[in-house]
Amino acid sequence: MAQHPIEMILLKQWASLIAVPVWITDADGRLIYYNEATEEIIGLRFEDAGELSAEQLSEVFVLCDLDGSPLATDDRPLIIALTKQMASHRRIRFLRSDKEWREIAVTALPIIGEGNRQLGAMVTMWEDKD
Amino acid sequence: MRLTLHGTRGSMGRAGPETALFGGDTSCIDISNGEDSLLILDAGSGLSRLNQILNPPPARIDILLTHLHLDHLQGLGFFRPAFSGDVEVHLWGPASSTMTLSERLSRYLSPPLFPVRIRDLPGLRFHDLRPGTYQIGNYEVVADLVCHPGPTLGFRISHGSKTVTYLPDHEPALGGNFPRPGEWTSGFDLSNSADLLIHDFQYTADEYEERIGWGHSSIPHALAFANQVGAKRMISFHHDPDHDDTELDRLHQAARDSGLSFELTSGQTGLTVDL
Repeated sequence: MAQHPIEMILLKQWASLIAVPVWITDADGRLIYYNEATEEIIGLRFEDAGELSAEQLSEVFVLCDLDGSPLATDDRPLIIALTKQMASHRRIRFLRSDKEWREIAVTALPIIGEGNRQLGAMVTMWEDKD
Repeated sequence: MRLTLHGTRGSMGRAGPETALFGGDTSCIDISNGEDSLLILDAGSGLSRLNQILNPPPARIDILLTHLHLDHLQGLGFFRPAFSGDVEVHLWGPASSTMTLSERLSRYLSPPLFPVRIRDLPGLRFHDLRPGTYQIGNYEVVADLVCHPGPTLGFRISHGSKTVTYLPDHEPALGGNFPRPGEWTSGFDLSNSADLLIHDFQYTADEYEERIGWGHSSIPHALAFANQVGAKRMISFHHDPDHDDTELDRLHQAARDSGLSFELTSGQTGLTVDL
């Protein structure tokens, strides 16, 4: 596998050291890493999930709107960050690996290198306590 | 390819009898290949040694700047060919998101930090370099960002079947868990299976513990990196100014005694290597 850009290597190293959930995808939307704080929310270790393509992500992680209606792919914060190169925030429901529905808030940011190089996106999430 | 080391000291110059063997000048290497193409790696104080060697200078000189810290620039204002309108001196340095290469270099090459302004060097041509592959002279140059504070490039330079990788300022172990898989290792693709790796050799393991994040390697990390990428030979580089010849000889001998999978060559000013 080719080496990731240094910006993504440093992002992963930083994410691995902090207690805030961080999820990282490459420019194609491929999941390349999430940290232990994310594992606690989604109920699945990264070592068990492994790297997943954008298509595989949709199969493994089931998301919907707060009212239970399906969430269109284009409305997902991660997809907005990747395709529109802008930050995006949304409250959603998702199905944990233990089949329990949870409400979480999700914020996605595009990762853009110098020279407008589209490198990927990072997502942070937290459980909605309201 | 023939490489000659003109400055191997890191961070700042340290001239004196205690550093006479490894040299006190900062980063500069020239690469030639018997054809009319001269490539220079970094413009530290060692660049001024080329004033005597390039007599007369070729019509075109290409200088690759890994980054703009002063120990990689100090020789530029003393490089005579740059003052001559007869010689094109092409500077290739890392692009930034805020200013051009010329604008950033002007911050140093202007009063009060330096008496000569950049416009007084008519030979200079500027190239803002982004990660990618370039044909410079008759060399193929791959540039990529590496782990060091601020935009910093490493270079993989190929001519014919031979490849040299130049990573003078590099902290691949930042963040811990090192060595780690190649796809998560700074500089891995640049260095993979290189015939010659010229790499940061700045700190002992104990020194590194107090300087994590400063952008340099401990010697154990540098050796582990060279082993991981499968380099055939490594030249130590960017020696700490507080490491005198006695200390550097001791550190190199200890490294060789540890059992290496590659040849370790001491990066000493004046060393010439043919590939």
